[in-house]
Amino acid sequence: MPGEFRLPALGADMDEGTIVEWHVGPGSRVKRGDVVAVVETDKGAIDVEIFEDGVVREIVVQPGTRVPVGTVLALLETEGSPPAAATAAAGRGEGRTPSPAPVGEDAGGVREVSLAPPPASLRARVSPAARKRARELGVDAESLRGSGPAGAVTLEDVEAAGKVESGGMRAAIAAAMSRSKREIPHYYLSLAVDVTAVTDWLAAHNASVPVTRRLLFAALLVKALALTCRQTPGFSGFHRDGRFEESAAVHVGVAVALRGGGLVAPAITDTADKPLEVLMEEFRALVARARAGRLRASELAAPTIILTSLGEGSVDAVFPIIQPPQVAIVGAGAIGARPWVVDGAVVPRQVLTLSLGADHRVTDGRLGAQFLARLAQRLVDPGSL
Amino acid sequence: MTREELAKRILDLLTEIAPDVEAASVIPGIDFRDQFDFDSMDTLNFAIALHRELGVEVPEADYAQLASLDKCLAYLEARVK
Repeated sequence: MPGEFRLPALGADMDEGTIVEWHVGPGSRVKRGDVVAVVETDKGAIDVEIFEDGVVREIVVQPGTRVPVGTVLALLETEGSPPAAATAAAGRGEGRTPSPAPVGEDAGGVREVSLAPPPASLRARVSPAARKRARELGVDAESLRGSGPAGAVTLEDVEAAGKVESGGMRAAIAAAMSRSKREIPHYYLSLAVDVTAVTDWLAAHNASVPVTRRLLFAALLVKALALTCRQTPGFSGFHRDGRFEESAAVHVGVAVALRGGGLVAPAITDTADKPLEVLMEEFRALVARARAGRLRASELAAPTIILTSLGEGSVDAVFPIIQPPQVAIVGAGAIGARPWVVDGAVVPRQVLTLSLGADHRVTDGRLGAQFLARLAQRLVDPGSL
Repeated sequence: MTREELAKRILDLLTEIAPDVEAASVIPGIDFRDQFDFDSMDTLNFAIALHRELGVEVPEADYAQLASLDKCLAYLEARVK
């Protein structure tokens, strides 16, 4: 069967992307999960994986081209495909006859080609400083028209483009959040939790292991959240076509603020099944890749619920906005010493305020309250995580 | 190792774990957190890098002493051969 490799959706707020680079070419053998292309989006450069085994027959969309989600990027021969020779010999275009629709048509969009799509060989003509800055700003340096020697893209070119494109990421976030507030009847709950036992446990644990095996509080929170989702249906999954579908696996997305501005929330997949140490390692790698602009498409599309932890700053609580098509998001404020009543006496304790933004189409406040209470119970018993 | 060499090593590690930070723009007397939102994940990665590259294991209780370039220098000078 001939297969089509399409630009996948990467979450609610992305509807197009620019192909930056192909890791494969005609004749390359690919396995499900291989990273085959780099796509520049409003969320930075994303490694896009393929979802079928096969052999690449043709690269349809060349680097430098901006296309809508759903566009056919490459054609594949999958298991049982007829041999390529017959169609390949017919030349480009005619060889594509097995695919019924022209490229991009079924995505409902028009295939846009930038005015001067640079060939891949021009990649070298971006100065290292410009390339670094471009990554910080989320600018596709390869697509810029350079003003330097021999058309090289300079730092100034990137800065100028960044002024325009940082508006792009902001606009993408605004569009997704507007859609969320328009479509999702949110309700919000919060719960202050005495986490002294957890911070003590964590300090003792981290003092007893080598530095490479230390855990962050957020890792405990991610694991506790995943286990709570499994125990209490209605919060982890997707609302699509008028109905909610609970996800069989829990993939907790972690909101990562980018220093250049903006936000991404890639998932730690199968969160509930992973031991804390593995989860921590993946969490570390995920944040590093997010900040370096090297996330994978599957990581951005996967989250079934998101944790946003503004606890690093100074706010007590977060009132988080759901990312459609998800139906819930959990926030964590800053952990700090607060007066707390224990056995009738006021004592200083380490307190964390957890919050929940959830979707009234799926659950009510009573179930939401139960969800938060269960999350708190798990969290204060770190030995169970 | 001289103070200058140590400062360079520290900045190299800092920009390795936070590729979105420019070494030349780091102000020695101001906390990383206030300069570029250095968070607990960055601090942990920094501690891991210091251990790997300089052989210094910084206990979690001492993280506050790594908060700025000046503080790092004061803390590490005594511990790095």
